[in-house]
Amino acid sequence: MTAKKLSLKQRYEFLTRDLDWEPSYQPIDAIFPYDQFEGIKIKDWSGWEDPFRLTMDSYWKFQAEKERKLYAVIDAFAQNNGQTGISDGRYVNVLKIFLTGISPEEYQAHRGFAFTGRHFRGAGTRVACQMQSIDELRHVQTQIHTISHYNKFFDGMSEFPAQHDRVFYLSVPKSFFDDARSAGPFEFMIAIGFAFEYLLTNLLFVPFMSGAAYNGDMSTVTFGFSAQSDESRHMTLGIEVIKFLLEQHPDNLPIVQKWVDKWFWRGFRLLGIVAAMMDYMLPKKVMSWKEAWDIYFVEAGGALFKDLARYGLKMPKYADVATEACEHISHQNWGLFYQLCHVAGFHAWMPDAAHLDWLSEKYPNTFDKYYRPRFEMWAKQEKDGKRFYFNGLPQLCSCCQLPMLYTEPGDPTKTCFRSSTFKDTRYHFCSDGCKDIFDNEPEKYVQSWLPVNQIFQGNCGGATVPEVLKWYHINVGVDNGDYVGSPDEALWKSWAEQRLSEAS
Amino acid sequence: MSVIAITPDYEKHIQYRDEQELYHGSLLVYVHWEEHISFVSAFGVPLPPDTPFGAICEIAKGIYGDHPDAADVDWAKAEWMIDDKKATPDFGKSIGENGVGHKSLIRFWTPGLHGYKGTSN
Repeated sequence: MTAKKLSLKQRYEFLTRDLDWEPSYQPIDAIFPYDQFEGIKIKDWSGWEDPFRLTMDSYWKFQAEKERKLYAVIDAFAQNNGQTGISDGRYVNVLKIFLTGISPEEYQAHRGFAFTGRHFRGAGTRVACQMQSIDELRHVQTQIHTISHYNKFFDGMSEFPAQHDRVFYLSVPKSFFDDARSAGPFEFMIAIGFAFEYLLTNLLFVPFMSGAAYNGDMSTVTFGFSAQSDESRHMTLGIEVIKFLLEQHPDNLPIVQKWVDKWFWRGFRLLGIVAAMMDYMLPKKVMSWKEAWDIYFVEAGGALFKDLARYGLKMPKYADVATEACEHISHQNWGLFYQLCHVAGFHAWMPDAAHLDWLSEKYPNTFDKYYRPRFEMWAKQEKDGKRFYFNGLPQLCSCCQLPMLYTEPGDPTKTCFRSSTFKDTRYHFCSDGCKDIFDNEPEKYVQSWLPVNQIFQGNCGGATVPEVLKWYHINVGVDNGDYVGSPDEALWKSWAEQRLSEAS
Repeated sequence: MSVIAITPDYEKHIQYRDEQELYHGSLLVYVHWEEHISFVSAFGVPLPPDTPFGAICEIAKGIYGDHPDAADVDWAKAEWMIDDKKATPDFGKSIGENGVGHKSLIRFWTPGLHGYKGTSN
């Protein structure tokens, strides 16, 4: 008689717990040296509920199937010159931000989960982290392959690996992941597993993927679908981690709350870049950033924290400040892109009249009062042949590394300045959220590599803007500056003319 | 030490990346024109401590020159704040003598000028 086939649950049990063993040559603390110093207390690792019972054989089978579909679509997109069918040449700048600002962080996430996948002493937790680690590696690969087709035609994409470590605005996502990866494994799991992949992930992926769909970018949409089932597994892992930590010991609550507060705020600052992308860079718009925030954070996040309240966990500190700031951040960040795109690897532009009206409609409390006049002034300068670029180097926040451009809560006409002094040196912050993070661990953040400060210290290729841009691998006059007058625009127009002449 | 680290002697390994010594004898100084926040943020500039305070006005003219309010700035009437304290800088004396240190924030208001159409832009 043949043995009965194992159930999925049993197979997963064998893969995780059964492949684990009690060490006898080495003390267990020497094998897992990283999972105690953060102060998290785990009474019983076997209390870990496996969030997804996926065995390696089925994992490879599913992923291979998804890859086959994705690469078939990418091939078809290339053969049909799909790049000519997007809504407008401006749209490609969304992909430039995605490839330079997000894809390298998928790789950082891969490395982070590889680390936690080695260093938790619970076998089930390790296996879950290892799978996510492989997912993240797959994501960076598929994103690069998807976007490489656009790189054949448009500028600003080819130097993304070097730029990740050098260019000023890319230090924002880089420092976010560096901060998480240089923390202990439990903080990493709350930072990336919970705050990023659970709490905020929809605000990252929905805008990009729906934006792609609305704007005719079928290859990116297909990548999004290919990542979607992975993302749902990652969300399950993120929620399992936080519940597990809170269930294990009451002493864990204040530590976890502090991490939730910190990573919510860091995530909010990082997502401000997505906010500008969503409100300003999509030729065909999906929804406003404010609407997305209300659905995915205020409603969905609110329900989540109501559910977590039974463990004593509260809404992240400054969640109310963030929600108020959502009336402003996309406009403020587009102002940043507009006036600093001469030193960036993508193009920005003045929104047209219809676009400004759409913003007035979506932001009735703030746009006409605070931001329309700003664009009006700049449009006038453009008309006079004096397109405005910021002439100086901006002051950066010593935590999030964004320029100090955000305004006081409750007063959008006043820049928010906060500072702390540590060992006789002053450090500046854009917000109470960023200042709190620094004040909790100043020894960590005094080591931040702030791009503007590094230029002044002489570490970025030279003292002049052309020297720094060369060191940034930015091709001046091609990759940077306004979209109007760029080679990208000329290419897009030539395709449009070709279509017209073919039609006539 | 408040950082949570696995290394007990973490403090010995800190690489400070923004100390004054790293700026080749200069102070990094931040300057901000209040009520003109269409400019992305305060600007930073490294200056030797013996730079006369008046030089800051000259640098600011270069940075802010494109703004419609720029031509109307009367520097004699500007109101100043250095590191959150009201100040009456002596333009002829050095920034150091005026109390400007490494990474000081110098904010100034220009009475009568409140940004494009009075919107602080």
